[in-house]
Amino acid sequence: MADTIFALSSGQPPAAIGVIRISGPQAGAVLERLAGRLPKPRHATLATLCDPEDGDPLDSALLLWFPGPATATGEDLGEIHCHGGRGVTAALLRVLSRQPECRMAEPGEFTRRAFENGRIDLNEAEGLADLLLAETEGQRRAAMAMAQGHFSRLVTSWQSELLRLSAMAEAALDFSDEDDVPGEGIEKDIAQGIEALVEAVMVERQRPTAERLRDGIRVVIAGPPNAGKSTLLNALVGRDAAIVSDIAGTTRDRIDVPVALNGVAFLLTDTAGLRDEADDAIEVIGMSRAQDAIEAADILLWLGRTEDAPTFNAIKIAAQSDRPDWNMPEGADIAVSAKGGEGLSALVEMIVGRAARLLPREGEYALHARQRKALDLLAVELDQAHNVHDMLIIAECLRRARQSIDALTGRSGTEDMLDALFGNFCIGK
Amino acid sequence: MREIEYDVIVVGGGHAGCEAAAAASRKGARVALVTFDKATVGAMSCNPAIGGLGKGHLVREVDALDGLIARAADAAAIHYRMLNASKGAAVQGPRIQADRKRYRSAIQTALASHSTLAIVEGEATAIDIMHGEVAGLRLADDSIISTRAIVLATGTFLGGTMFRGEERSIGGRTGERAATEMGRQLRDMGLPIARLKTGTPPRIDGRTIDWAALEEQSSDPEPWTMSPMSTGRPLPQTFCGITRTNSRTHDIIRSGLDRSPLFSGAIAGQGPRYCPSIEDKIFRFGDRDGHQVFLEPEGLDDALVYPNGISTSLPTDIQIAMVQSMEGLGRAKIVVPGYAVEYDYIDPRALDSRLAVRALPGLFCAGQINGTTGYEEAAAQGLIAGANAAALALNEAPLILDRASSYIGVMVDDLVLQGVTEPYRMLTARAEYRLQLRADNAVTRLTGVGEAHGLIGMARQHWFAKRSKDRVEILSALQRPVTASAMLAAGAPVRQDGVRRTLFEWARFPEVPTSVLDRLLPDLSECDPLLRGEVMEDAHYAPYLERQTAEVRDLRANESIMIPSHLDFGAIGGLSREMQERLEAARPETLAAAGRIRGITPAALAAILVHVRRRAA
Repeated sequence: MADTIFALSSGQPPAAIGVIRISGPQAGAVLERLAGRLPKPRHATLATLCDPEDGDPLDSALLLWFPGPATATGEDLGEIHCHGGRGVTAALLRVLSRQPECRMAEPGEFTRRAFENGRIDLNEAEGLADLLLAETEGQRRAAMAMAQGHFSRLVTSWQSELLRLSAMAEAALDFSDEDDVPGEGIEKDIAQGIEALVEAVMVERQRPTAERLRDGIRVVIAGPPNAGKSTLLNALVGRDAAIVSDIAGTTRDRIDVPVALNGVAFLLTDTAGLRDEADDAIEVIGMSRAQDAIEAADILLWLGRTEDAPTFNAIKIAAQSDRPDWNMPEGADIAVSAKGGEGLSALVEMIVGRAARLLPREGEYALHARQRKALDLLAVELDQAHNVHDMLIIAECLRRARQSIDALTGRSGTEDMLDALFGNFCIGK
Repeated sequence: MREIEYDVIVVGGGHAGCEAAAAASRKGARVALVTFDKATVGAMSCNPAIGGLGKGHLVREVDALDGLIARAADAAAIHYRMLNASKGAAVQGPRIQADRKRYRSAIQTALASHSTLAIVEGEATAIDIMHGEVAGLRLADDSIISTRAIVLATGTFLGGTMFRGEERSIGGRTGERAATEMGRQLRDMGLPIARLKTGTPPRIDGRTIDWAALEEQSSDPEPWTMSPMSTGRPLPQTFCGITRTNSRTHDIIRSGLDRSPLFSGAIAGQGPRYCPSIEDKIFRFGDRDGHQVFLEPEGLDDALVYPNGISTSLPTDIQIAMVQSMEGLGRAKIVVPGYAVEYDYIDPRALDSRLAVRALPGLFCAGQINGTTGYEEAAAQGLIAGANAAALALNEAPLILDRASSYIGVMVDDLVLQGVTEPYRMLTARAEYRLQLRADNAVTRLTGVGEAHGLIGMARQHWFAKRSKDRVEILSALQRPVTASAMLAAGAPVRQDGVRRTLFEWARFPEVPTSVLDRLLPDLSECDPLLRGEVMEDAHYAPYLERQTAEVRDLRANESIMIPSHLDFGAIGGLSREMQERLEAARPETLAAAGRIRGITPAALAAILVHVRRRAA
């Protein structure tokens, strides 16, 4: 029989309210022991909780009782909404840990039980993990979409299409001698089916990554020395994160600053100025790091001459528009004065607009590294199937494509992946 | 303590029974094969063909384990045909048509050469059980033969009922009895038993067929044989005729549907989807304008012809009209009308991967009794059950073949994990490692395994030793590196990328014909053509074979997570009732096996894993 587990499910005390969750076969008995009676299922009930050993009152709390299996974890589940002070919560957890067959939950254990009891599938579990870690509105929406199983449904539909195509390929192989199996036609049908799937998978692979959503979109500010990069960074983050001076080459290393603009997470990076000759070895390293940052950028803010922009889709900024002899250069996207603030809000709008294209839209989800890897495998197999004529190889590729879908729904590689997945949870959610 | 008369008793002298008895005997066990009638041992009760897609693989595998079927087939073959000859070797299916009488006598001769094997005439009525284990076999005269292990290979004779139109008779094959008492005992033991159905077409007198009006299909000219041990094709080769059903045939069939036991509800058992009766074909695919019918001669000095494609249980008058409506058959005479058979089978999920009944130690089952159809499927199971019955009796290691090793392994795994809903037939699609499980490399895959289990006779051991040596030599010679320009000079128009590749790697390129390889490596042209074909096919699919090898490694790692044999699946949360039932029925031995059971989701698998770990902790 499984242990009954419990944990403080709300944030670190002190807080106004602390929520303690209890899941497992003893959950009902424990609630009854503490409150003297079992509350009516699924109704909030006020009760005085006492230590069963000496009858000392612990707190006056709101109780919720959810008998399994139709609960979040699939087991009997109790919730205690107590006062959120350190003393109260610590006392309650201490009393709970003395109850028979009860112990503190390990990280992610509630979700793990929900998964084991078939309440959620793997993709949903991952979505839930993201939901709990979500800090911005966009992160929350994407995690929600994943947790609700949108992606799972899509994968299931591919699975049935793959099965259909596989079945056709197998018919062509095993029953081609029978005159009821169309010879030429079936090969064309299979090729068309594969092509359609290749396209559908491509669309999914272009989805933003969950990591980007979580860690922030990488905005890199680059340009020649003394172009005003650090001043722009400080203006965007609203504080003096980078040292600003008139001396060219003040910024020698990259500076990363996380910031939320209009509810979207960004990671702003200031870089060393780029020029043809460097004064010393340290500047060379700084410039090489700047190059790396430029390559890894999702959005590049370029402060140099427009024709020097290293990527064609950089936002080309005409900076220092407050200078007296300033003229709007040809090809620039926007003029900004970081000092005076002119153009700054337009720039933020432009950055957020670009970001919107990189991030999931309302109701969309983002893909994890694990999901992306499986999709890549799927794409490789489908691509290969699409490019060969030996039906035996087509069938083999389709089989492996089906396997990569197994990996998406979590069929194989089980134990390691589960550990990593559930280890990401904080206790008691 | 009673003296044990035989180590193994095999009940039934069909394809499963004969292979079981022979395999047990090769392992050195004292074997009795019990049959109603000695003369019917080795009979082909349905079509006179052996092999085909998937089935040809099984024949070659049984042969690689020194079984009887392939050599008997060569001895009796009057028509050879390589199915899917235009496709890769992995899906090519060698198939022969046998002279029915000569096949039977080839099998009987082969059995007679086994010194520890006796054929006993009698009707097996019951299994004698002591201390919950098999102790002997009771015959109809109430005598008991004592033994340690029994292999049941009773085919359709267990509770067999034959149907033709409104006629019914008890029996497994026309003119023969059914093994009803044994069926009753198995039911009383609580084994899960259900009904399946199969059928056979009418037999036609070949002298009344107008062969001149028909398209001919002649035997393959290439001199291949079913067994590499066969020295050639001893018999003259004949041809088959091809005719078709037409709209008049279909009208006749429709007019008799209400008198067919299949449609009147008299037959409840499920028939095979891939081998439907002609009335099924017309009922389900009524829009087709005709169906091919192959007219296959049953023997050189036998006038009977087997019309492949019109298996039926329609009343005799309808069968006559139907046959005579087809081209070339206008005056054809039916010698024996077709019929359907409904018979008992044991849900094979009650077996383990030795084909042993879990509930009764010492009892093994093989062939149609396990819900399969086909001579080849039966023979392969017979070999496994016979070898394992002998292993049990002689206290040796069991012979368990996994899915990555052979079609035999695929079939046994499918049967014991998934059970059957219709008669199980081998298909190449069932084998996920199809590219490496080819009919042409069965020897490389299995003969060594057979040797380790004492299944290979001296003659084949010598042959195999030489072949293995040749194979190693040819593979190492193919490791010679050759530059792209040298390939061009030898006559292969390959891209001049300056890369040096081994001959084995070059063999994969479509621009490199075998003639060029022969020129660069004279040893290759002199090597046994079968061995050469196998090596070339390996080279051709090498990248895919490598990927599959990696997969097989993972599979075997997952097979190491054992599920305790008495695990209560009902106690694991999160498994639906349907999953619990399937798991209880199949009792998978490993987590990997559980994952292969249909309908077992990843979440369910994870729940089982965690449950097993928690129990172990």
